[in-house]
Amino acid sequence: MELMLSYMQGWPDWIQVTLINVVKIVVILIPLLLAVAYTTYAERKLIGYMQIRIGPNRVGPRGWLQPIADALKLLLKEAAIPTNANRYLFLVAPVISITAALAAWAVIPVSDTLLLTNIDAGLLYILALTSMGVYGVIIAGWASNSKYAFLGAMRSAAQIVAYEIAMGFALVGVLMAAGSLNLGEIVRGQQGSFLDWYVWPLFPLFLVYFISGVAETNRAPFDVAEGESEIVAGFHVEYSGMTFAVFFLAEYANIILISALTAILFLGGWHAPIDTPFTIVPPGLWFIGKAALVLFFFLWFRATFPRYRYDQIMRLGWKVFIPVTLVWIAVLGFFMFFTPLGHMFH
Amino acid sequence: MLQNYVPILIFLGIGAMVGMGAIAFSRVLAPNKPNLEKGSPYECGFEAFEDSRMKFDVRYYLVAILFIIFDLEIAFLFPWAVVLEEIGMFGFLSMMLFLGILVVGFIYEWVRGALEWE
Repeated sequence: MELMLSYMQGWPDWIQVTLINVVKIVVILIPLLLAVAYTTYAERKLIGYMQIRIGPNRVGPRGWLQPIADALKLLLKEAAIPTNANRYLFLVAPVISITAALAAWAVIPVSDTLLLTNIDAGLLYILALTSMGVYGVIIAGWASNSKYAFLGAMRSAAQIVAYEIAMGFALVGVLMAAGSLNLGEIVRGQQGSFLDWYVWPLFPLFLVYFISGVAETNRAPFDVAEGESEIVAGFHVEYSGMTFAVFFLAEYANIILISALTAILFLGGWHAPIDTPFTIVPPGLWFIGKAALVLFFFLWFRATFPRYRYDQIMRLGWKVFIPVTLVWIAVLGFFMFFTPLGHMFH
Repeated sequence: MLQNYVPILIFLGIGAMVGMGAIAFSRVLAPNKPNLEKGSPYECGFEAFEDSRMKFDVRYYLVAILFIIFDLEIAFLFPWAVVLEEIGMFGFLSMMLFLGILVVGFIYEWVRGALEWE
């Protein structure tokens, strides 16, 4: 970075700013894309062990090179575009998905100082971008001009929309406790031991947020948008080769994003659980460890739970999560203003 | 202040380029031999019949409409939650009044069966 700065002396300001940011973004993106690739490997391996199988073990030692082989294979496969599809929208849809899934990482604070940009509207930006992701799904389903894709897109849109509300209300609880939309400030509000993390006073909201996150990313047990046994592959049934791979990347980038956000909002982000002996581990590693733990639950859910029926999903979203979050917001406010326990909530 | 948003703009651009670049790159490397069978929509091996952009259940519209109401509510709640400590008890109680009115609407939807999916 220093070298780069000295080399660029005398260049116009905007070029310097752009280049430095590009380098920083690449430094974020490469580990992220590797994490995505190895999440798919971890998923197959873990589910394999949970079902008393071995999982992928052919490519490289213990199958470690499997994700790379998968990526190469998808790269070299033909990406067929259906004749009746709307070609332009068909190709734009995966790009929208991946843009939203990757760009959200701009505001994720890995540690106190390790983040790309520190904006005050961080949480709002994340919420806006995750909502953009649903356009990718809807446009894909519509542009494919295929019945299964269309059904998958409709289901996915209604489901994401229903859980978006529950998720939004859960975030309101976090905001009440933290008093800031800035993700860094939210983490700093949880300083201290693990007892200061928001997961305790906001426990119902934590559950709602995490389960909504599973539903938002169309993961099992809420994966009716691509339920293999009913509508083949749902919204991406017509996608193949790299166009499919881009959707796949976006889905896993979103899963990792939800895990990271759960760690930031409820599990104290980069803070160590207990002060003295545990602070030897650098804060960034605590954050990654917490996110990885949450991520493990995503994979565990897939191996454990059978798929929900669509009406059950909608009932859970509208009739359980929204009332629970509404009540908890009121309870939270009540505690903050009318009881001496108020200090516990911020 | 706004300078903090410049990296986000660049990130959005790079994010889009990752997607477009990957697709374009595979377009160059991968074979591309479309034919009639490959280009027809997948319907479990049958010939596709009817237009796939069919009529769909009105409940999807209903969900979308309900979503707009609740999402606006969240848009109100976000700034309220951030400044809650400054506006104090009065701010809290006025939002509870607002939420109370919305809950009445929510109960109405529930009783009328707008949330039923069966």
